[in-house]
Amino acid sequence: MHKIELHGVVKRFGQNTVCDGIDLTVEKDQMVCLIGASGAGKSTLLRCINLLEPIEDGEIYLDGEDISIPGLNPQRVRAKIGMVFQNFNLFPHMTAFENTMLAPKRVQGLSKSQLKSEIEELFERFELADRMHNYPDQLSGGQQQRVAIVRALAMKPEVMLFDEITSALDPQLVGDVLDVLLKLKSQGMTMVLATHEMQFARQAADKVCFLKDGKIIEEGSSEEIFGTPKRPETKAFLARALK
Amino acid sequence: MSKRILVAAVSLALMATNTIAGGHCAADKTLTAGKFTIATGNPAYYPWVLDDAPESGQGFEAAVAYAVAKEMGFAEQDVVWVRSSFDEAIQPGVKNFDVNMQQYSITAERDQVVDFSLPYYTAPMAVLVGASATDTKPTIAALKSLKWGAVGSTTAVQKIASIIQPTNDPLLYGDNADVNAAISANQIDGAMFDLPTALFLSAVMIEGSKVIGQFPAASSDNADQFGMLMEEGNPLKACVDEALTSMINSGSLASIEAKWLQDTTGVPLIK
Amino acid sequence: MPIPEAAGMTRRERYEQKQRLKSLLIAAASTVCVIMALVILVPMTPGWEKVQKSFFDGTVLAKTFPKLLDAFTVNVMIFTWSAPAIAILGLLIALARDAKSPALFPLRIFGAAFTDVFRGVPVILTVYLIGFGIPGLGLPRPWNSPFIWGSLALVLTYSAYVAEIFRAGIDSVHPSQRSAALSLGLSERQVMRDVILPQAVRNVVPSQMNMLIALQKDVSLLSFIGPVEIFRQAGVFKSLFANFTPYVGAAIIFLIVTIPATRYADYLMARQMRERR
Repeated sequence: MHKIELHGVVKRFGQNTVCDGIDLTVEKDQMVCLIGASGAGKSTLLRCINLLEPIEDGEIYLDGEDISIPGLNPQRVRAKIGMVFQNFNLFPHMTAFENTMLAPKRVQGLSKSQLKSEIEELFERFELADRMHNYPDQLSGGQQQRVAIVRALAMKPEVMLFDEITSALDPQLVGDVLDVLLKLKSQGMTMVLATHEMQFARQAADKVCFLKDGKIIEEGSSEEIFGTPKRPETKAFLARALK
Repeated sequence: MSKRILVAAVSLALMATNTIAGGHCAADKTLTAGKFTIATGNPAYYPWVLDDAPESGQGFEAAVAYAVAKEMGFAEQDVVWVRSSFDEAIQPGVKNFDVNMQQYSITAERDQVVDFSLPYYTAPMAVLVGASATDTKPTIAALKSLKWGAVGSTTAVQKIASIIQPTNDPLLYGDNADVNAAISANQIDGAMFDLPTALFLSAVMIEGSKVIGQFPAASSDNADQFGMLMEEGNPLKACVDEALTSMINSGSLASIEAKWLQDTTGVPLIK
Repeated sequence: MPIPEAAGMTRRERYEQKQRLKSLLIAAASTVCVIMALVILVPMTPGWEKVQKSFFDGTVLAKTFPKLLDAFTVNVMIFTWSAPAIAILGLLIALARDAKSPALFPLRIFGAAFTDVFRGVPVILTVYLIGFGIPGLGLPRPWNSPFIWGSLALVLTYSAYVAEIFRAGIDSVHPSQRSAALSLGLSERQVMRDVILPQAVRNVVPSQMNMLIALQKDVSLLSFIGPVEIFRQAGVFKSLFANFTPYVGAAIIFLIVTIPATRYADYLMARQMRERR
């Protein structure tokens, strides 16, 4: 059984078809990178998997269960699928610790005392212990993004979705955040990334999918895609992206 | 018949104009030469002015106005009516009327800012109660326990505070209509008005209400006396007073009062 | 302002100091000119003495001021119980207007109608209508008190405005905050309560401060239906003394309260502008 399986997923915004019949499988503990030009549909695809966008057609399976049935309560699914965004989206009126504690407290009904040591340990692991009680505007971009990752991890998700999480960062801060992803991968986490970091995708991805105009037009291992791309569009894109 | 009256009025008017030109007291002292401008409320109420039409001369103040005008040598058509509010009347500065008649109580404080004529009416204060309090006895003791209301700009406020000294703070309103509404809504039991106003409100405006008593007008040193209001230092005052004095002496003022305010009898005195 | 040694300053600092001194002098001179003009010219006008006596009579002010202060406690009282009710009702109306579930559609319609009606009708009419109208239906005392129904009229009117401000506040929170909260598995209600509302409320504090100041003044409208608050008390004194000074006294009391509140609201507004930049 695949961890995640997409069949013919279609997403439209009005007349504009953003995902145009996407098939994708993600295995357990696999890191899948979605690459492609801006507007190719990478971010929307991630939002569809997290049920933030209802899909027009097709099915999405999580552990073999169809989670795209219209009318299904998305909360239970989202609790299993963590997501991190390009602009961090930390809650500005809460400290890093409070940001992290909110969802476990509300969704799983745990108390602060039950959560405290666990969350402290997470902050420790991602070298944020001294920043735990700071508000988002007191943190650098890289720190904010790492807090956002910690916040998603606190829900103990089975799958993590990363939506261009380094795009809003200063170049010197990108490395810290990517290191976190490698750490997660080494600990065994199923991950889907939309990314522009080609070097990172080449090194770390188990599988790379190239999207264009809402379709996956080529997919394969990172060696295949970066070493011997078959489609001319992929070649052209990589030539520009790796320049 | 109407034609004959018209002719008579016109010739009377001509005579009147002649009298003024002939050096009557009011000559050159009015706002507009040859015209006597009188202000009244907006609207003006029964029984002071009937149907809000002072031009008809119907109602106590309208009748007094025309009688005074005649005494001063103005013809009926030389009387010009304007409308004004209390505030307009006591603002410093130039007035748009010669005299203002809308039941202005003469007080020492007001007299420092504006001029008053001699009183043309001494109004007893009366107590009007709503349907739920019509059994109240006309005694000070009984009135103390009522919930009182009054128009905030009138001397009734002081009377309630000094004579009745009610147990509850009175509620105050902007005009008679609002006091009516409060009585109708049973938010207050009673309100103090001058007797004619109280009778009018009871008869026409507030269903089930009753005028249960009046304070003796003469015995109380602060009985309300109504005077015509004029701009401070208006030279016309002497002429108006002269006219009123002659009307008081001839008994014509008393007969106007009897004609328009005769209903005022039949309300018991408050003990 | 400490003036550092000229020698220790850069060319630019010296220039800026000169400019500052120059504008300070100009500002001082023009202020003095305006005040002098007012102090000298106004009393020279022909009507000044009459106006002074009618509006600025010291003896009348001294006689009436303590009682005006007494009456002002009525304003404070009405304000104190109305303001929290307005905040709560305003928030509920704002949430009703944002309700998404179809079962709550009537609530949404109600919220929209409520804000349309009460923002469209002059406050004084609402005060009259509710203050006299509802007790007129035959409520027993003390339930027909003008304090209760007059306050309700203020609460309804102000809630309509406050609701719109809250709604603007809710709209001002970026949709990505909602996405982030939903992606963590929070329900719509939890997202609203824990993530959107706290930010929305904080964003609109300065605007709501201005509503409080406006309410503070509009409490006086209740005087039309009976309560003897400061405005009515001043009116009684005005009639008694045939003098407008009591109104000036009332205005002074209002200003003592509203000026600091207005300054504070402006300060909050300015701080927010800085933070957004």
